[in-house]
Amino acid sequence: MSDSEPEAMAEADGVPSTKLPPHLELRRTRVLCKVDAPDNTDTIQYSGAYASLGHENSLRFADFCKDFRVDITRISDDDMELDMVGVDPSIANAFRRILLAELPTMAIEKVLIANNTSVVQDEVLAHRLGLIPIKVDPRLFDYLSENDTPNEKNTIVFKLHVRCEERGQRLTVKSNELMWLPKGSEFLKTSESLTSTSKPETYTSFTCSQDSMPEFAGNPIRVYPDIIISKLGFGQEIELEAHAVKGVGKTHAKWSPVATCWYRMLPEVELMEEIEGEKADVLKQKCPAKVFEIEDLADGRKRATVARPRACTLCRECIRDGEDWEKRISLRRVKNHFIFTIESTGALPPEVLFTEAVKILEDKCERVISDLS
Amino acid sequence: MDPPPEPVSYICGDCGMENTLKPGDVIQCRECGYRILYKKRTRRIIQYEAR
Repeated sequence: MSDSEPEAMAEADGVPSTKLPPHLELRRTRVLCKVDAPDNTDTIQYSGAYASLGHENSLRFADFCKDFRVDITRISDDDMELDMVGVDPSIANAFRRILLAELPTMAIEKVLIANNTSVVQDEVLAHRLGLIPIKVDPRLFDYLSENDTPNEKNTIVFKLHVRCEERGQRLTVKSNELMWLPKGSEFLKTSESLTSTSKPETYTSFTCSQDSMPEFAGNPIRVYPDIIISKLGFGQEIELEAHAVKGVGKTHAKWSPVATCWYRMLPEVELMEEIEGEKADVLKQKCPAKVFEIEDLADGRKRATVARPRACTLCRECIRDGEDWEKRISLRRVKNHFIFTIESTGALPPEVLFTEAVKILEDKCERVISDLS
Repeated sequence: MDPPPEPVSYICGDCGMENTLKPGDVIQCRECGYRILYKKRTRRIIQYEAR
C-alpha cells in the first residue's frame, strides 16, 4: 500500500488532509513520561485542532472500524488480559466501571440465624457470608424486588449447620460447608395466626425444586470453597440459613463479579541515542522490570536494546539518575492502546463478563438514542 | 396448679458442657465443678442483612 492512499481517500471525501509533522503526531498519540510527572496526558478531541496545518482531526466511523482491535494476550478460568486498541480512554473506563458495578451476580443477602454460639457475632458472621462468591450464572435468575416473595426464580438457599464435638479441639468452618437447599428454606415461620390445619409456612415459597430445572440437574450450585467463615471451640455451634439474591456491584461490593478489573496504557520505551559499554550494563541493572537487554555487536562492543517494553511499570528508575539519563531514554504511553485485565470471582468466566459488559454499554447507548429521537 | 417446673439446660462457662438444672439445684457444672453457667441462646430465628 502506498503512503499517499489514505490522503487520497480523505480527499475523495471532500476534505483535504495532510499528515501531521512527527513532533505533533507524537504529542497527539503519546503520553510523555518525564522524571517528575507525565506530560501531555489529554486526548485531542476537537476536529479542527490542527485545522491551520490542514489536518483533519475528526473521528470517522470508517477509521474506527479499521483501527479498532481486541487481542487476548492471556486467558485462564478466572482471569484474562486483553489489548483494546483504537478506543478513547472514556470507553475503556466505561467498560471497567460496568464490570465493577453494573454486572449482576448472586450473593447472600439475608441470613437467618437459628443458633450461633461461636465467638463471631451474628452481624459479623452475616457480613462474612455475604462476601462469599457463589458459582452460579446470574442470568438464570430474576431480581427480587421489595414486594416479591422469595421463590425458586430469584433466591438460592444455603444451609450451614456445624458443631464442634471434640473436646479441646478447634473446628475451622469453611465455605464449602454451606449446603445448597434446592427445595428452599427449611425453617418454619412462627406466627400466632397459624392454625393446625394450614400447612406450616417457611421463609421461602418455592413452587418446585431448583434441581429439577435443566440448568442445575446434576450440577449443584456451589460457593467458592476454602474460605474460612469462623472457628469453633468445643460445644460451639452455628445453625443458619443464607438466602442469596441477584444484585449489582453499585448496591454493594459483594455483588461485583470481578475481584478487580483495571487497565493500563501500553508502555513505549525509546532509546534516543546509542547506549553502549558500561552504560548499557548500568541501564540493564537499573530497571526492576527487566525491560532492557544487552546486545553484543560484531566488533565486540555491547549495546542496550529495549527487549520487553510491555513489562515497563513506569517506575522511571531508568531516567532518575541525572539529566543525561533523561535525555537518553524516552518513556511514553500509547494513548489509545489499553491493556485490560479482568479477574473474575468465579460466577462467570472473564471472557463472558466482558461480552456482558459490552451488551450493557450497548443497552445504555440505545436508551440514549431512543431518548433523543 | 402450676405444672411441675421443667429442667432448663445451661452451658458451663469453663468447659462448655451442657448441664440440666432444676429449681433448687446447686449452680455448679457436673463435669468440672465450675460455678458460672450460662443460659442457652433462643432458638427463635433472627434475620440479618449480609452487608
